[in-house]
Amino acid sequence: MLAVQNLEVVYDDVVLALRGVSLGVPDGRIVALLGANGGGKSTLLRSLSGLLDVHDGEIRKGTVTLDGEQVGQLSPSALARRGIKHVLEGRRVFKELSAEENLRVGAYADRRNLKANLERVYGLFPVLRDRRDGQAGLLSGGEQQMLAIGRALMSDPRYLLLDEPSLGLAPKVVEQIRDIVVEINGQGTGILLVEQNATMALEIAHHGYVLENGRVVMDRPAAELREDADVREFYLGLGADGEAASSFRNVKHYRRRKRWAS
Amino acid sequence: MTQFLGAVAGGVGLGSIYALLALGFVIIYKSMRVISFAQPAFMLAGAVLVSYLSPSIGFVPAVVVGAIAIAGVALVVERVAIRPMVGKAVFVIAIITIGIDIVVRVVAGAFIGRDPRQVGDPWGIDAWEVGGVYIAHRHIAAFLVTTVLVLALFAFFRWTPIGLAMRASALDQEAAMAQGVSVGAVFAVSWALAGGLAAVAGVFAASGRTMDQNLWHIALAALPVIILGGLDSLGGAVLGGLLIGVAQQVVASYHRQWFPGLDTNIGSITPYLVMLVVLLVRPYGLFGTKEVERV
Repeated sequence: MLAVQNLEVVYDDVVLALRGVSLGVPDGRIVALLGANGGGKSTLLRSLSGLLDVHDGEIRKGTVTLDGEQVGQLSPSALARRGIKHVLEGRRVFKELSAEENLRVGAYADRRNLKANLERVYGLFPVLRDRRDGQAGLLSGGEQQMLAIGRALMSDPRYLLLDEPSLGLAPKVVEQIRDIVVEINGQGTGILLVEQNATMALEIAHHGYVLENGRVVMDRPAAELREDADVREFYLGLGADGEAASSFRNVKHYRRRKRWAS
Repeated sequence: MTQFLGAVAGGVGLGSIYALLALGFVIIYKSMRVISFAQPAFMLAGAVLVSYLSPSIGFVPAVVVGAIAIAGVALVVERVAIRPMVGKAVFVIAIITIGIDIVVRVVAGAFIGRDPRQVGDPWGIDAWEVGGVYIAHRHIAAFLVTTVLVLALFAFFRWTPIGLAMRASALDQEAAMAQGVSVGAVFAVSWALAGGLAAVAGVFAASGRTMDQNLWHIALAALPVIILGGLDSLGGAVLGGLLIGVAQQVVASYHRQWFPGLDTNIGSITPYLVMLVVLLVRPYGLFGTKEVERV
């Protein structure tokens, strides 16, 4: 179980991005993390993967634990070796390297099963096998996202932290990515899925959290979240009656009503 | 014609030395985005060390041991002086490298002493004559060794895990860290490589002459080389080194006809004149990445 307890994260010593967040990713489950921009979703992923440093972020309070052991102070490379792999927002493939070189860099943390993992990734994403020698920067957006996910899988991670895998992709490709996430999970990898596309995320997640202004405001099984009236309205874009909001007059309520009872 | 070919042959030898030095600059720049001004000191230290080793263990082993030892020195210097500054402004780190350069150079220079020292190379100033063109053995040796080292480097960056990780980290450091690449290891290896290359360059710069404190001046010409080749291009460093070397030797050879009023030194300043022109016309160099800054 990868978990955080009462986590507080500060950027540049002043910006409080997380205010006491507790959350857990059990082995082999998909956990969705929803929330508006600036809610602290990416910050939470960074504190799990050790990449806060790069952004001048710092854990002020609370703990990050892996199977009960504190790992919040470890370096990104140590965390990657322990099986926590972060797929950064915006794909971030190494554009001037070939697709296969990208994958080989992904195996840096654990090279033991490089050959088998390469086959596994090519099995998941056949299109990458066809374009293995092509420059990664020339792949389409969807292919780059697949490459980014495949790259993270190269070291047999126990937990995959996916930051907005559907960002900027066509609906068809989003479906493809969704199915692949389910498949990866089926092979035993725990997944923390950060998504703006709440419909997609809640379809496949077992459990969901809603993060707002650095606080967890909802923490329920995904099935319940899908039925929750507020989530339906604010995150799934459905009106109170279950239809897509037909008029902006209804959306006006957004500001006033966007406070959860707490 | 023979004069021209002779100048080109000498230029290729000199250019090989420049290329080795420039590769060190580029490797460090790619990994840290910092120009390390410590390269001249590592070059001098390498030459001095080899001049001490070669009488006892022979020239070739001395070069190998010397290069590895200077790589080790660079490794320690990086760990002690540079690593704590990571994350600070690039300008600050560049200034620190100047400090390192002065310290290492003074220490290495103190070992030169008053007696004339030589690196003990087997070539001296011997030369072959091919159709009236004199080609110095040391220039051929410099070119061959540089070729081998460059090929080895390219293989290193292409096939070894750490080499690949270094390329990845140069492209996107955060994404490389997310793959488990340790940025500290990348910095350390890049400094070690640069130190080793500079040491080899120092040996060839010092061959065919006696060692003196001013040997490091040669390393300054690596700056025009990386400007010409492009700061972040390994291939550019090699090609730029050869071009600058040849240009310098050709000008030095023809200075009497071309610049009758000027002294022989016009050859020595040619690299810098080329650099000025490049900065005016194509500031990112032949193969460098064109910086695009959006405001």
